[in-house]
Amino acid sequence: MSALPTRKNEAWRYSDLAAVARHWPVAVEPVVVPAGETHSDIIRASEEGIRHLAISIGAGGAYRLTILDSGRAYGRIALDVTLHDGADFQLGAILIGKGAQTIELVTTVRHVGPNSTSRQIVRAVAGGTATTSYLGQVAVAREGQKTDASQSFKAILLNRGATANAKPELEIFADDVKCAHGAAIGEIDNNALFYMTSRGVPPAQARALLTRAFLSDALEGLDEATTEALDAEITSLLETAA
Amino acid sequence: MLVIDNLTAEIDGKTILKGLTLTVNAGEVHAIMGPNGAGKSTLSYVLAGRTGYEVTGGSVTFRGEDLLAKAPHERAAAGLFLGLQYPVEIPGVSNLLFLRTALNAQRTLRGEPEASGAEFMKLAKAAAEKLGLPFDMMKRAVNQGFSGGEKKRNEMVQMHILQPFMAVLDETDSGLDIDALRVVSDGINSMRGADRATLLITHYQRLLDYVVPDHIHVLMDGRIVHSGGAELAHKLEAEGYSAIAA
Repeated sequence: MSALPTRKNEAWRYSDLAAVARHWPVAVEPVVVPAGETHSDIIRASEEGIRHLAISIGAGGAYRLTILDSGRAYGRIALDVTLHDGADFQLGAILIGKGAQTIELVTTVRHVGPNSTSRQIVRAVAGGTATTSYLGQVAVAREGQKTDASQSFKAILLNRGATANAKPELEIFADDVKCAHGAAIGEIDNNALFYMTSRGVPPAQARALLTRAFLSDALEGLDEATTEALDAEITSLLETAA
Repeated sequence: MLVIDNLTAEIDGKTILKGLTLTVNAGEVHAIMGPNGAGKSTLSYVLAGRTGYEVTGGSVTFRGEDLLAKAPHERAAAGLFLGLQYPVEIPGVSNLLFLRTALNAQRTLRGEPEASGAEFMKLAKAAAEKLGLPFDMMKRAVNQGFSGGEKKRNEMVQMHILQPFMAVLDETDSGLDIDALRVVSDGINSMRGADRATLLITHYQRLLDYVVPDHIHVLMDGRIVHSGGAELAHKLEAEGYSAIAA
């Protein structure tokens, strides 16, 4: 795929194409998790650009990827994940958009072998006139029997000018699989906000607490030290997001 | 402590409070009773400053200051506490974090030093034990997965940690079994003192057997239509609101 994408291309529909042109073409970065091994990575994306990772997880292997994407005018992370027999992929991604930023996460998870599992939890916050998008495809090959795949996307819009796009897509050729997906876009819960302020928490602090709590789903299962470190980063990122 | 004078308020353009006047002095416990739709919950939300409840006339003075000019969190810092009829669940925010944030935000606004971690834990443990809320629940997300009774106990725990001058308790008794009612009542009674006051908003006389008020007021159609002593509760229970108001 070396031709510059256009709006007609579904995977680029919500992109900032002028920014894309600045970073085109994109080199694909291979990530290989050998059979039986367990790897994990954290991607903190804060400078404008596009990354395209081709992740292959060998039989019985496991890969946990955590993404914290924020603070860049245009950012896109594309993941092509291939899962072999009994492999496991866990994604926890947090997208924070502010100002006029466009933050995109595009995943294609291919279950090519039997008994493989994938779980994607993506949480997004958009303030200003920012756009956050999650395009998630799960493809289960004919050989991918007993696949257990899930994807969950939730976004909070901090004000009216902000946008969140969600496009879940399932393509299933095996007949004995579990595939769950859910997407929800909303605002901060006003009841919770009132409750917190009625106890003395100033509104800005209450919003930050509620937003951080909302995002923390994506950090579930990480060890305590990592969670705390990411929590602190998220807190400071949110201070300027509204 | 609290002086409400000829208060009128509306929601979505519909007038709910139609000239409510009430004075609660320090050291007193008042109860407001009234039928559904009389404006009981509206009064509590107006006092706490909830968005959407618009004051169209009258005044509320709390400890000598204009309460209505303050934002909700400033009212809390000034010493007003609202116990909610339906306490809100807040997924992902632990009870302890919530309360410590609230307590310290109040203290900061009042120009007092923040509570240290150790000081706060001591307060939280004492309050949870007193109200019979297992300390484990303090570590869980606010009210999430709590039963109705546990949520009300949690409101009381919050009140004990925050130590307000005035508590407005909106149907704190609803949904409680007898044992929980007794614990919650003890919690309210232990907050009684010469420099504090309580406003109980309730449907039933049951709570008032345990927390005996100094004054009872009947709220109907946005106004106090009748006031009396503690004995009024039983009369209301026996005769109904319309008979009293007539």
